[in-house]
Amino acid sequence: MVDKIIVEIVDELDPSEVYQELSDPNSGGICVFVGAVREFTQNEQVMALEFETYQGMAIKEMSKIAQDAMKKWDLNKVVIRHAVGEKGVEEPVVVVGASSAHRDACFTACRFLIDTLKETVPIWKKEMFKNKSVWVSATP
Amino acid sequence: MEVLLFGIAKDIVGSSSYTISENAVMPISVAELKQQLTTDFPELGKLSSLAVAVNSEYAEDGVLLQSQDEIALIPPVSGG
Repeated sequence: MVDKIIVEIVDELDPSEVYQELSDPNSGGICVFVGAVREFTQNEQVMALEFETYQGMAIKEMSKIAQDAMKKWDLNKVVIRHAVGEKGVEEPVVVVGASSAHRDACFTACRFLIDTLKETVPIWKKEMFKNKSVWVSATP
Repeated sequence: MEVLLFGIAKDIVGSSSYTISENAVMPISVAELKQQLTTDFPELGKLSSLAVAVNSEYAEDGVLLQSQDEIALIPPVSGG
C-alpha cells in the first residue's frame, strides 16, 4: 500500500515528484505549494539561503502537522518535504501538498500545512548576503 | 547535562552543544535551564523567542529534566 502521508527532510528537493505522490484514484483535486529562494529581501540582494534542522524533532513536528490536516479535512494524501543545506536563488526549498475528492479541502489544507510548518518545525534559515549573513526572525 | 544547539543559538554559544559541568548547579526544570543559559550567554535572552525541546518535543517551563533526556534549545524557527 502506498503511504498516505510522506514527511521528509532532504538535501535536494525535486518538486516534480510530488504529483505522482499525491495522485490518487479518489482525488479530483491536488494542491501543491512550493517555496523557493527569492533574490531580494527588503531591497538587499540574497546570494543564497542556508537551512539547518534538528532532524528528529522536525520529522516529528511535520508528521503531527500532516496528521492534524488529515483529521481536519477529508484528504487522501499529504506530502511535506523540506530541503536543508545551501540553496541558491530560484531553487525550491519546501514542497507541501494535499489531495482530496474536491478542491476546497486540498486548497485549505495546503495553506495550513505551510503556515503551521513555518510556526512549529525546527528548521532555521540564514540569509547569505554579499558581506554578511543573518538568521531570519531570530531577533525582534 | 548536554544541550543541543541550532541556528543562532549555536552561533552565540560557538558550538553545536553545550555541557553544563557536573560541579555546576544542575537545572531541574526547563525554566531553570533557560535561566542558566541566558545568564551564561546574555545574547540568548535578546532573541525573539527561546524554546526548549525535551526528547524532541516542545517542553513548557514547568517540565522537569532527567539526566538521560535529550535536551535542545530552539531559537525562533524560520523554515519554509
